[in-house]
Amino acid sequence: MRLFGTGAMARVVRSRVGRRRVQTVVIAVATMMAVASAVVAGSLMVAAAAPFDRAFARQQGAHITAQFDPAKTSTARLAGTGGLPGVTASSGPHPSTAFRPVDRTGFPLPTLTLVGRSGPGGDVDRVDLKSGRWAQRPGEIVLDASFEGPTIQIGAPLKTSDTPGAPTLSIVGFAVSVSRTADSWATPAQVDALASKGDPVTSQMLYRFDAASTKEQILASRKKLAASAGPGALLGTQSWLDTKRVADQGAAATVPFMMAFGVLGIVMSVIIVSSVISGAVGTSLRRIGILKAIGFTPGEVVRAYVAQALIPAGAGIALGAVLGNLLAVPLLSDTAAVYGTVSLSVAWWVDVTVPAAALVIVGLAALVPALRAGRLRTVEAIAVGRSPRTGRGQWAHRAIGLLPLPRAVTYGLATPFTHPVRALAMLLAVAFGTVAATFAVGLTSSLTAIGASQDPESRAAVTVTTTQPNDVAPPPPPPVGGGAANPSPAGGSVAGTHEPRVADPAKVRSAITSQAGTGSYYGKTETEVAVAGISGPVQASLYEGDSRSGSYEMISGRWITGRGQVVVPTRFLERTSTKIGDTVRVTYEKETANLRIVGESFDTSGSELEIHADMADFASAVPSAFLVEVRPGVRAGEYARKVAAAVRPLGGDATANAPSGQDGVILIMSAMAVLLTLMLVSVAGLGVLNSVVLDTRERVHDLGVCKAIGMTPWQVLSLVLASVTAIGVIGGLIGVPAGYALHGLVMPVMGHAVGTGLPSAVLDVYEPVQLLLLGLGGVVIAVLGALIPAGWAARARTASALRTE
Amino acid sequence: MHQVIELEGVAKRYDSADAPALGPLTLSVAKGEALAVTGPSGSGKSTLLNLVAGLDKPTSGAVTVAGRRIDQLSEHALARFRREHIGMAFQFFNLLDDLTVTDNIQLPAQLTGTSRRSAAARAGELMEMLGIQKHARAYPGRLSGGERQRVAVARALVNRPALLLADEPTGALDTSSGHDVRDLLTDLHRAGQTIVLVTHDLTLAQACASRTLHLVDGHVALDSHARAVR
Repeated sequence: MRLFGTGAMARVVRSRVGRRRVQTVVIAVATMMAVASAVVAGSLMVAAAAPFDRAFARQQGAHITAQFDPAKTSTARLAGTGGLPGVTASSGPHPSTAFRPVDRTGFPLPTLTLVGRSGPGGDVDRVDLKSGRWAQRPGEIVLDASFEGPTIQIGAPLKTSDTPGAPTLSIVGFAVSVSRTADSWATPAQVDALASKGDPVTSQMLYRFDAASTKEQILASRKKLAASAGPGALLGTQSWLDTKRVADQGAAATVPFMMAFGVLGIVMSVIIVSSVISGAVGTSLRRIGILKAIGFTPGEVVRAYVAQALIPAGAGIALGAVLGNLLAVPLLSDTAAVYGTVSLSVAWWVDVTVPAAALVIVGLAALVPALRAGRLRTVEAIAVGRSPRTGRGQWAHRAIGLLPLPRAVTYGLATPFTHPVRALAMLLAVAFGTVAATFAVGLTSSLTAIGASQDPESRAAVTVTTTQPNDVAPPPPPPVGGGAANPSPAGGSVAGTHEPRVADPAKVRSAITSQAGTGSYYGKTETEVAVAGISGPVQASLYEGDSRSGSYEMISGRWITGRGQVVVPTRFLERTSTKIGDTVRVTYEKETANLRIVGESFDTSGSELEIHADMADFASAVPSAFLVEVRPGVRAGEYARKVAAAVRPLGGDATANAPSGQDGVILIMSAMAVLLTLMLVSVAGLGVLNSVVLDTRERVHDLGVCKAIGMTPWQVLSLVLASVTAIGVIGGLIGVPAGYALHGLVMPVMGHAVGTGLPSAVLDVYEPVQLLLLGLGGVVIAVLGALIPAGWAARARTASALRTE
Repeated sequence: MHQVIELEGVAKRYDSADAPALGPLTLSVAKGEALAVTGPSGSGKSTLLNLVAGLDKPTSGAVTVAGRRIDQLSEHALARFRREHIGMAFQFFNLLDDLTVTDNIQLPAQLTGTSRRSAAARAGELMEMLGIQKHARAYPGRLSGGERQRVAVARALVNRPALLLADEPTGALDTSSGHDVRDLLTDLHRAGQTIVLVTHDLTLAQACASRTLHLVDGHVALDSHARAVR
């Protein structure tokens, strides 16, 4: 027993690992890739989901935040909605209004939702007071913590509007509501005092339900609330599912795609490791027999063969964990931007769990063939290595031999049938490689389509503005955190110590129409509006004229064609529980309009709910820019120079548009897709290489015979390559539809993660020729994987091959 | 007389060995001659066979077979030469287990581009001649040793080679099967087939060879005509 202690065992394992270099490399690379993908996917999932869920549970977050019209219902009736079936807790009614404050330097903040609450606690939405104290008397205000900055601090004054003589509030605290029920809080009396004709007081109710995990459940609960409060009383609701999505979406889009690659990598790793170890046992029967003959116990044989897999796999897992951490950092930095507090490192338990799971999977994959090795009887093991093979694949040789192809080719085509399990493993490796390639091509095409649809304005040849770049005021203090949007410089929301000079839009319009070479144009301004039912400001683009050339990709419905219409993104529909055809109440400055939703836009602009409407609906709105299409043959640069010369004296400017670049996240995701695909395809190729190496080793004697009876090296090469060609074809036929289906499955999930549906331009990205080429990719993977061992077989010395047992 | 094999000062030295495994050796084998190469293990018999078959290249000297110098040919040209001019039968038969008897025999013919029909006809002819036609659709694993060796000889002859090389053709057979193979080789020699036979079995050598070459330590210890072909 001492003879075969750890020393002897270690020597046997070491020699095997060292001699079987191809298998060792394949196992190491396959596990490295799988672990790297899994670490990235796992860390993103943790980063994307956990902070919101934890905070929401701690704060007893509101599943539904509802706004009611106090003119159409009573306080008692609203309080009664807390007793509806399914409601587990409620809070309110709290008076609520919107206002646009100005900081002590005169700089305007975004429009804020102000809610009157006597304290941060309660049964629902237990707001976290981050600093300071709660508002206890009129004249005090608590702001969302994301607004805290150099000019917005505790004790600082906050003017309630830029109107001369507007009252001033004192900031007494900063707080966070995970449910995002408000941007600011004051006493109920203060809210009543601040309300105006344009921003009347509404009643806010907060609810928790026993079932609120799906959109359908939320919609059903909303219906009950609407019915209970009375006709027309419910102005709008906000679902916690949307708030969660907004909070998570920075990194969430990448999770489904990383998960898809992670699962592909793990499955492929299991297949290849199983195949490698199984092959190692199959081609080592004599060796196993000899080990047993000299005294190795079955248990020691099992351990030796499992160790052969675990040593390279261990190295691969360690490298994979490091690589995964490196790859996760750029993606986690996006996540950090969403939460602000997430550290830029992978969760420790992901680094522990993923490698441990990978080790267990590899161990189990190796254990099955190793147990087979352990169970083999010594005499059988030695005999099997010498006796002629019988049975398997003979029918295939007979049938395929009848094909009108060169004999070396038909011989090779029948070879996989001799080792069906090995051929199946090879087929799966090729199929998974093709799936990865097909998925990645679709993904990058979709991401490119998304990038192209992100900036419709850049389609116009020339942009003429009513201001000049150096006249635009600096951006406001950080309105970060979901819901608070940047007022656009182009929207004329400028203030501060320096008032910019703004050209008269009518004069700019006149300059454009009188300029030779003008094709078509439309006016646009970007601003903020309030929408009934949505807390906080909503970004709006208002258009003057025919804006179809600057329209977004439409998921459903159509672009606006005139007044009374609005196009909204998917998350707007979800957040307001509306659909195309419904009417929403939109307030710009002091004007309110009821607009009918005519289309669902494809908008990936993050957490903003940008809507698109006709400027004619708001008399006070004026264009801040004109997007011009020039006539054919007119050079945009030259045209822009001429228009600029005309509008600069007025205070405006004109520039020719350069094609917009790709978004950073899209570039990162495309790069990750390409990188992961290359890794998966390489591993698939390595899997084929490994299988063909095993096959070639096993058949080296037969190949020697073939060469001895006159098979040329080229014929040997074609024989070996033919042995994988059919597998490549079948792998391609399986992999391409599977990759296509995976793309069709993952893209909508990615879109959903960022709160949008996807238009056909993003979903239907495959061309028939592309699919055909991807199908041939299966053959390419198989042939490239087999090329090296085929070369070895062709070059092998016949006399040596004939001596091989 | 036309020489099928001509070796001129041929020597083979393996990398690790101090002494050459064979030669220098000069030797000719005439058309229709049956040469038995005998000798103890390590005497260079198999090395000689490999050099003549073009499976190995000499360290020095010239190897000419069927009028063509083969020691300077590429692997590709050697393979083409072998399948057209040389047939080989091995001690352990070296049949391809996953091909039927017919397919094994046809294979060298098909590799030369012979049509399937012609190859099948030639294979049928040989199977009938060697008495194995009833095993045409069988796989080698189901045949006796003697039958397998007959299949191997049929495969070696399918392209009507100028030279048949047999490496210990009875070495893995029982006595009865060994006699069958001996008779087969004798018949082939009588029919005019040039044969080089490597064997430990002196009885076999005497029975079917017209000439015996005895090697010791890579050198010719004896080269004599054993006796007239029966």
